[in-house]
Amino acid sequence: MTLNENSRKLSESKAGWQTVTLLTGPFAVFGRAAISWVNNLGAAVIFLLLAFLKIFRHKQLSKIVQQVYYIGARSTMIIMLVGLFTGMVLGLQSYHALVKFGAQGALGTMVALSLVREMGPVLTAIMITARAGSAITAEIGIQRISEQIDALDTMRIDPLSYLISPRIAAAIISFPILTVLFDLIGIIGGYVSGVLLLGANAGTYFFRVQTSTEMKDLTDGFIKAIVFAVIVSTVCCYQGYFTHMRTDSHGAKAVGLATTSAVVLSCVLVLVSDYVVTSLLI
Amino acid sequence: METPLIEFKDVSKRFGTRTILDRVNLQIYEGQVTTIIGLSGSGKSVLLKHIIGLLKPDEGTILFRGKAIAEMKKKEIATSLAQISYMFQDNALFDSMTVYENIALPLRETTDLGKAEIDRRVMARIEQTELSEAAHRYPSELSGGMQKRAALARALVIDPQIVLFDEPTSGQDPVRKNAILSMIAQYQRKFGFTAIMVSHEIPDVYFISNRILALYDRKIVFQGTPEELENFDHPFNDEVIRSIEGLQEELTGLYSKRQFKVMNHAQLKRRTLGETYSVAIFTLEDLGEIVKNLGYDAAQEAIKGMGVYIDKHFSAIGGFSTRLSSNEFVTVLPFSDLAEAENILSDFVRDLQAHGIRDIWADTRKQAAADVCVEFAILAGIAQGQPIAEIDSIIDSAKNQQKEIARLRCDGGR
Repeated sequence: MTLNENSRKLSESKAGWQTVTLLTGPFAVFGRAAISWVNNLGAAVIFLLLAFLKIFRHKQLSKIVQQVYYIGARSTMIIMLVGLFTGMVLGLQSYHALVKFGAQGALGTMVALSLVREMGPVLTAIMITARAGSAITAEIGIQRISEQIDALDTMRIDPLSYLISPRIAAAIISFPILTVLFDLIGIIGGYVSGVLLLGANAGTYFFRVQTSTEMKDLTDGFIKAIVFAVIVSTVCCYQGYFTHMRTDSHGAKAVGLATTSAVVLSCVLVLVSDYVVTSLLI
Repeated sequence: METPLIEFKDVSKRFGTRTILDRVNLQIYEGQVTTIIGLSGSGKSVLLKHIIGLLKPDEGTILFRGKAIAEMKKKEIATSLAQISYMFQDNALFDSMTVYENIALPLRETTDLGKAEIDRRVMARIEQTELSEAAHRYPSELSGGMQKRAALARALVIDPQIVLFDEPTSGQDPVRKNAILSMIAQYQRKFGFTAIMVSHEIPDVYFISNRILALYDRKIVFQGTPEELENFDHPFNDEVIRSIEGLQEELTGLYSKRQFKVMNHAQLKRRTLGETYSVAIFTLEDLGEIVKNLGYDAAQEAIKGMGVYIDKHFSAIGGFSTRLSSNEFVTVLPFSDLAEAENILSDFVRDLQAHGIRDIWADTRKQAAADVCVEFAILAGIAQGQPIAEIDSIIDSAKNQQKEIARLRCDGGR
């Protein structure tokens, strides 16, 4: 075989590789993204399991109570405000839709079931994500980039147990309570717009609320609230805790991006998991 | 032979394609102050983080009291690491906690001590580090020096056997740098822990270090005493130490200890055999009293003031000076015999008694933590040297001749 033949074969094989790379390029991008997504998901699940197990350790109670105050008690006002207006809008829209069929008597049923089954858990989770979730990510992210988490390690304090477990526990406690509060205030909001402003019958409204809401509706809403609590607290803590591992930025910018990612991802996962949980419970 | 407390054997560390440590070998011994020196970004902090277990080596072995950490059981590693405290370069104080809460944190979280006992230990450390007034303030409300002291108090509150200091003087002014270094030296003597420090502060760290490790080109190229480093023939000396010392000279006017010796030898070479020179030693007595009553910053201001005063006076007549220890300065007066040196010194003493000691006190007072007067004295001694005699023996002889030349009295006398 001559030298010319060798170099011709080499350039042919190079050209062949280039064609293969061109064709497989887009798939490779998706493949890498999928691998990275699966890796992250696995890491987040392990992160959640480890943090969850550490909730039951010694000296956690005071930290959990502190976080319940921060995530739960301090979110009360915003939850009440959003609940009130959600109920009022629901009352307003439902009344005008039902009156066309002469079924305004079903207003209480519509408002109560919409709130207890769907809107209460979902909107509560989204509001807590916006208020407390973003703050959790930013706080933990700053602690990470300023070496405060490394400092915990050097002091033999487990950062997962100290920072993450109390927040997950507090979210599991706070979300259902705030969801119930949202539902109650929402029903009052529906009463304000449907009964007080539009003239529906008050007795019928409350009778329908009472008779149409079953225990299963309440427990389903409760289960959803717990699922959302686990998702939101895990996503927000995970994003903050691994701020330093981000490849798209560093330092303060990384904290900003981690916070944005935490809020967006939490909201998307709340809606996706809402569908999954509903389809399992229905 | 003594077993090292910590030993690295062929330790390598890479971040991606970048090799930070390349087959590093080192030994650190118990009860000593060991300082790791090297240029910025040479991997000193990475090396320190391997000791505390924040990073794991890609290759090689780290031994703790002769036993490889990789072969230890989890509980054994935890017991070993529990003896170590770490003071971060940027302090890593929790900004949402007060100074008291920051210092109490390791005791609250890792021990079963009662509230009263925790309070007693924390307050003791707060008092020792002169942070009583700042105990209930947040780190963001403190000066850089106070934050360092808070970080040091937190590192010491668990009574560690080993304390790692990552650039403890970074971002501090020259006075505070010396204050922090002397604080570390004092605590090391007081509590007897092993100190491992990463620092750029050459030659200041020489005064408090028993051993120096030089990290250069990803390897430890030198291990030994500060004196041995002065005679170390390696590119490290040219590239790292001389550049840092050059900056030091420009900033303070005083020569580094090594430069001082080089200058002394150069002067001697120029002279014919038989020509003389004199050496004067100055000591600030009662430095401990100044520290105790006025704080570290004030004590360092007093030392700095004295150094500047000595340099101003003697450099004008061809002398050159350096700091010898935490409270001593040495000045060489070339071509001066004992009689001439005594005349020069009496001029200096007159000037010092008339203005100098008051100026030093005025500057000291500005940095004082309390508004109290502390009496202190300055001693001086001179000795005549011969070119063939070693400078160290002349210094010892001058030290033996020391007597009080000025005293600040709180009643206004001198």
